[in-house]
Amino acid sequence: MTDRTRIARQFIEAIPHSRALGMHLDLLGKGLAVVSMPYDPRFVGDPATGVLHGGAVSALMDTAAGAAVMSHPEAPASTATLDLRIDYMRPATPGQRLTARAECYHVTRSVAFVRATATDGDAERPVATATGTFTVDRAQGAQA
Amino acid sequence: MNPRARPEPVQVIKTRRDAALRALVAGVPYIGFLGITFDRRGDELTAILPFDDRLIGNPAIPALHGGVTAAFLETAAIFELSWTLMWEAMEAGQTGPGAALPDLPKTIDFTVDYLRSGLPRDAYARARVNRSGRRYASVHVEAWQDNRARLFAQGTGHFLMPQTDGG
Repeated sequence: MTDRTRIARQFIEAIPHSRALGMHLDLLGKGLAVVSMPYDPRFVGDPATGVLHGGAVSALMDTAAGAAVMSHPEAPASTATLDLRIDYMRPATPGQRLTARAECYHVTRSVAFVRATATDGDAERPVATATGTFTVDRAQGAQA
Repeated sequence: MNPRARPEPVQVIKTRRDAALRALVAGVPYIGFLGITFDRRGDELTAILPFDDRLIGNPAIPALHGGVTAAFLETAAIFELSWTLMWEAMEAGQTGPGAALPDLPKTIDFTVDYLRSGLPRDAYARARVNRSGRRYASVHVEAWQDNRARLFAQGTGHFLMPQTDGG
């Protein structure tokens, strides 16, 4: 494990809400992040089927997307979500771990663009996809 | 003589509405996990998210997690839609203890605009059903904290309607 990944993992696990959902950083590349969370009956949105709430999927997607922005080679000092759209393809299978893979595919002076996909045990069929834009907050005095 | 039945006492109506809302909310574990509650005035619902340290996404500011904001807005939108759908049956007295809860609408897509950081305070949200068809609905939702006019987030979602028998 690289130092950068270890620091990023500590960073994500220090976010109170990400920790509350049991999130784990599985992989960090340049502008790429894979974050997963366990199935938990407390995160269920539809009691009739045991399917996870869309909000839990949103939280996972947002965390992975933010990590992808922070890991980009032109990494901002800090970032915040401007907008996030999630498309739900199918219900996540109850009992299975959910994994979000986010890619920050473009960064301008002020904005980072991200897409992400969430999968459960069946990696061939996405549970949800997301696209988002994030602020790029440069460190003070840094050249954009 | 007026042959119409006397209107039900207000307390009977309130009790029925509150019980229906409580049953709807209690059925969803994730709402309890986040601590979301609903305030009702007639048919108007306000979702309330009491602040908790577990909801923080950026400890440095500190700010609410973007995923919490998204979940809060989506929950407010789904419950507004469900509440609207069950209103008539409820008013006709067809919901009661033991009655099956209605199926919830399923989210097709949901978009959140983050307008400013969510502060470590309670948050409120109200949703409006802009279009409600047989199969699809479009719902808009606004969220604020201290000032009703200063939204910290807004969202729009499309939902697949629960299908009634023979759907």
